[in-house]
Amino acid sequence: MDHLDALESQSIYIFREAFNRIGNIAMLWSLGKDSNVMVWLARKAFFGNIPFPAVHIDTGKKFKEMYEFRDRYVEEWGLNFVSGDCPPVEDMDESLPPAARSAARKTAGLKTMLEAQKWEGIFAGIRRDEEGTRAKERYFSPRSGAGVWDSKDQPPEFWGQFNTDFPPNTHLRIHPLLHWTEIDIWRYTQREGIPTVSLYFSKDGRRYRSLGDEDITSPVTSDASTIEEIITELETTKIAERQGRAMDHESEDAFERLRADGYM
Amino acid sequence: MDVTDPSAETLKVAIVGHVDHGKSTLVGRLLHDTGSLPDGKLESIQAICERRGVPFEWAFLMDALQAERDQGITIDTSQIWFSTARRQYVIIDAPGHKEFLKNMITGAAAGDAALLIIDADEGVKEQSRRHGYLLHLLGVRQVTVAVNKMDLVAYDQGRFEAIEKEYNAYLSEIGVTATHIIPVSAREGDNVATRSSAMEWYDGPTVLDAFDHFQVVTQPEGLPLRMPVQDVYRFDDRRIIAGRIESGMLRVGDTVLFSPSNKTGKIRSIEAWNANRPPMEAPAGHSIGFTLEDQIFVERGEVVSHEADPPIETDVFRARIFWLGERDLSPGNRYTIKLNTAEAEVRVQSIEHVIDTGDLSTAPSDQVERNGVAEVVLQSDRMLAIDEFIDVPSSGRFVLLDGYTIAGGGIISMDGYADQRQLTTVRASNIQRVEHAISADARARRNGHVGGVLWLTGLSGSGKSTLAVALERRLFNLGYQVYVLDGDNVRHGLNADLGFAPEERAENIRRVGEVAALMSRSGLVVITAFISPYRSDRDRARRATGDRYHEIYVKADLATCETRDPKGLYAKARAGEIAEFTGISAPYEAPDQPDLEVDTMVLDVEASVESMVEYVRGRFDSGTTSDVTETSNAGGR
Repeated sequence: MDHLDALESQSIYIFREAFNRIGNIAMLWSLGKDSNVMVWLARKAFFGNIPFPAVHIDTGKKFKEMYEFRDRYVEEWGLNFVSGDCPPVEDMDESLPPAARSAARKTAGLKTMLEAQKWEGIFAGIRRDEEGTRAKERYFSPRSGAGVWDSKDQPPEFWGQFNTDFPPNTHLRIHPLLHWTEIDIWRYTQREGIPTVSLYFSKDGRRYRSLGDEDITSPVTSDASTIEEIITELETTKIAERQGRAMDHESEDAFERLRADGYM
Repeated sequence: MDVTDPSAETLKVAIVGHVDHGKSTLVGRLLHDTGSLPDGKLESIQAICERRGVPFEWAFLMDALQAERDQGITIDTSQIWFSTARRQYVIIDAPGHKEFLKNMITGAAAGDAALLIIDADEGVKEQSRRHGYLLHLLGVRQVTVAVNKMDLVAYDQGRFEAIEKEYNAYLSEIGVTATHIIPVSAREGDNVATRSSAMEWYDGPTVLDAFDHFQVVTQPEGLPLRMPVQDVYRFDDRRIIAGRIESGMLRVGDTVLFSPSNKTGKIRSIEAWNANRPPMEAPAGHSIGFTLEDQIFVERGEVVSHEADPPIETDVFRARIFWLGERDLSPGNRYTIKLNTAEAEVRVQSIEHVIDTGDLSTAPSDQVERNGVAEVVLQSDRMLAIDEFIDVPSSGRFVLLDGYTIAGGGIISMDGYADQRQLTTVRASNIQRVEHAISADARARRNGHVGGVLWLTGLSGSGKSTLAVALERRLFNLGYQVYVLDGDNVRHGLNADLGFAPEERAENIRRVGEVAALMSRSGLVVITAFISPYRSDRDRARRATGDRYHEIYVKADLATCETRDPKGLYAKARAGEIAEFTGISAPYEAPDQPDLEVDTMVLDVEASVESMVEYVRGRFDSGTTSDVTETSNAGGR
């Protein structure tokens, strides 16, 4: 079986499992490359229909290219689109380093949405190869009522059997892309012809490898201006994907603290 | 193979072994020596170690959680990617501490292959063996062993060979052959990615070479089609049955069978979104959806197969399980079973034995503790479509839920149990039951009692035939219309075509159950005397008859029956002359709640018969019975 077909099939299986087993469900759409692949896979899983909303937790600080992309593809893809706002940074935990504190707004915005919409589960497009604590995630990852991730006691998950039954007030994160790598995402984007935000392609010798809030995300030096060139670059690069995401690097535990509290 | 090729293969290797034997260190060394770490990673680990005031620790590469770093222990499994000239690898680090076995299982089960690490200084430990055993149970068939920390034993060949010998002996007992056993020092980098100059005596592959020797696990050719139905969608005018092809191949135009409902349908189309052209076939591994020519009602949990090679249907089976639950597993406990997309309630009918993964000894037990391995018999509330693990691994394994959580997993064997598909399938169509002109009441009035079945079950030699004949005599004398169906007699005629294999025994009992049901409807009191060892068979007989079925457990333990041995059968079975003999080489499932229990170890024949007559009087006598009974008493002399 072709490598990309195998990745795709596993993601589709997870989408269908979650849709069947969990009542009220939604998908986070951050407008990034992974998110777009996720939307694409959902359309495949459900034969062109996405039977749940696509949610953008809007920090209000995304790049203008991202907002343009959002407005265009909500329309073209016929998404049931929901947008949620985030509280100001002053409301966030003061003990967090600055960028992490800023990123925490997204968690707070998400929690407000979850509360309001009563979603029992949400799809999030994180991948194991992005970051050390994400590497330890489950496909079906339970959160307590307060949104807390208990990384020290995760349920077993094997043989394609996922934990889909939980006590009341448990909330689920479902990760259909967990087993994909950055290069897989680009190869699949290329194969399927999936649209992407232009910021990923080189302009004046720089491009973004990972997109977040404008003020805490920086580009990498790169001449890759097509998907082919990005793939070639990734085959040899020694730069980590999230190098340009400030909140990952402020302190040893900042990102884990964010995630334990409910960040994606 | 060129890794820049998007179709390049990816192989997943699980790293397992006893705690502190150096799994995480070896992974760190491997990634470092193959130049796979991103820029700055090494420095960042160094900085973390300095800040914590500990010596450089490779484990921090994958032990990303603060709790793991604080305690210096891997809690949960993690994955990391790297490539060689041959292909891409996913390294799955699995925790070695016994307390986190559920996480080890989560990681190891995902591997195509495994590297099992043993500390040269400490030698083979508890988890070295348990992990080796579990790999096999999880279906991971390729194992390479790394004997690590050779630097601590001065690269001593003798020490390496002693461990090699000990662990190979263990593996061969569980039917595993290690592809390689390699002496390494993860800390020094000996034989990890490059050959060691410190161990000239070793001329085998390095760990990296051994990885490249692993084969990508592909579906064996020729497995039967299995697609568990995951969902049925009606987003538009199409009714799409969705699922993943777990084995075999499905094609447009195929006639498929849904089990356990036993409905059939013909594939009209395989549906796909954004495909260049509609697919005409779907091979194993693909998540697909199809439509049928005719609309039939099917649900999640059914298994799609071809008619020629369907899954087994049964409500009882044997399984080798590993238990992760907080609470012990005990006979009588109920769990939810998940078998691919099917779910059902099961009851632990028995624990055959528990298995010590240390020395592979087996012992009887009343419970399976957390992290234990055992052989059990599970009984389900409804018919399940399954396969034996050895035939079709993907549909021969399951997990058990205790409450909300996955508490164990197991692989299925039908050893000693029958495929019930033939027994439950009605072949003829266009049949309608004839309405009788005589009511059951009218028959009961004529006879003075209602018809029914007294189903005697018990081991060979428990006294069934003796009691059946004596009871028939007593009841006849009391005026009852009564008849005995006995095992040996039935096998001379009605069931002369049947032998003693599990399927044939089940069919034997099915026919007796049906005949007894018909006779009971004619108004007779039917006494059957069959070992009828399987609960599922007796339950089927109960369903055939309905309320008028009465299960009588003729109780005598194996030792007693073996002493009696009226037909000399136990002696023959012990001598190996009779295969599949109940109690010796085939199971006997005693009734849980018999309608009546007659303990022939305590009661003699007369007392036993009396207790049964007492039981019959209360339950079979119809409204007009009292005078009839008097009459029969009078006539009974």
